[in-house]
Amino acid sequence: MASVREIVGKRVARLFKDGDLVNLGIGMPTAVANYLPEGINIILHSENGFIGLGPTPPEGQEDKDIVNAGGQPVTILPGGACFDSAMSFSIIRGGHLAATVLGALQVDEKGNLANWMIPGKMVPGMGGAMDLVAGARKVIIAMEHTAKDGSPKILKQCSLPLTASQEVDYIVTELGFMEVTPEGIVLRELAPGVTVEEIRSKTEADLIIPENIKVMEL
Amino acid sequence: MNKICTRKDIVSKFRDGQTLMIGGFLAVGTPESLVDTLVENNVKDLTVIANDTAFVGKGIGKLVVNKQLKQVIVSHIGTNPETGRQMNAGELEVELVPQGTLAERIRCGGAGLGGILTPTGVGTIVEKGKEKITQNGKTYLLESALKADIALIKAYKADTSGNLVYRYAARNFNPLMAMAAQLVIVEAEEIVEVGALDPNEVMTPGIFVHMIIKG
Repeated sequence: MASVREIVGKRVARLFKDGDLVNLGIGMPTAVANYLPEGINIILHSENGFIGLGPTPPEGQEDKDIVNAGGQPVTILPGGACFDSAMSFSIIRGGHLAATVLGALQVDEKGNLANWMIPGKMVPGMGGAMDLVAGARKVIIAMEHTAKDGSPKILKQCSLPLTASQEVDYIVTELGFMEVTPEGIVLRELAPGVTVEEIRSKTEADLIIPENIKVMEL
Repeated sequence: MNKICTRKDIVSKFRDGQTLMIGGFLAVGTPESLVDTLVENNVKDLTVIANDTAFVGKGIGKLVVNKQLKQVIVSHIGTNPETGRQMNAGELEVELVPQGTLAERIRCGGAGLGGILTPTGVGTIVEKGKEKITQNGKTYLLESALKADIALIKAYKADTSGNLVYRYAARNFNPLMAMAAQLVIVEAEEIVEVGALDPNEVMTPGIFVHMIIKG
């Protein structure tokens, strides 16, 4: 059976067009780059100051000045470009980024996203997340469907402090592919073997179920 | 004008209570030896404007651990648990600013602008206490300019008149901060004579820079 990372990664990857400029968040979103369909090449933006983000270099070939936004050694592909933080975020806010892929603590029916703090517990700071979600043309949430304790993460209304208001476009989990619309969250596709009942039982938000619901192609 | 100086010249500029901008992103592009000089001289009650507080033993993190800071204005503190501890204990004031907003507030400080209108943070706790302005049907937050007494900058190459070249992702906030402080101190990996840099490759014009030291 495919791993959560593989299911989510493959489905997210099929949302891109050839040549899209995309920013991938830390963790599961980063894995999306491993599942691009044949013929689809995307350009990755790293908010610490370059486009053309490439894979991890072989051990011993790391460059202290080439790291991703998580501080990990990476490479810059041929055709890449470096810039300062003001240009990096002009790219983000200016609508030049086709999509951003991020994880979530909570996401709700209105497309609100909470992924940057848990008051009293975890206050790491928003880094670039608020700009990415406010600025990217498409906001894609790539995550496990429920929290570690099994509680739902797709809610009627977020209870944690928001990263941005009404900006989420798509939610991709190991159970399904959902689109946030003005009417609410529409379940577009189910992962193979998953039923409408199962995904509903693990989702607090009301899911809109269209007649022609598809099975995710993996 | 030759701007090469000694470590002693630099120490003479530091005072308790100053506001410093320090370049770097998770310590990449941070002038590490200038931070060490601050630590060695135990300059206190500083306000630091930077992207993040790096790690416990690295970059700006060293100033946090040594309790030299009164306030930080940053986008991220998650990689340095000591910052969170001091914040929760009421020992350190932390203002969290979205990274793109922080970059623009610093740019404004150096560019003679009073502030910017950004959509980032609308509908979140970031909007608290800020004026909201609607332009062409879209809501923005008014974010104010930031300035500092001193900017500590890391360059890859500097010529002796202060023209700077940065390297890969070590550029980040450095060129913006180099415009936004009264006094700009540069740590460069390599120092070259005037004329050795092609004007086309200069990223920060030397007119912004006051002091240079080899790092």
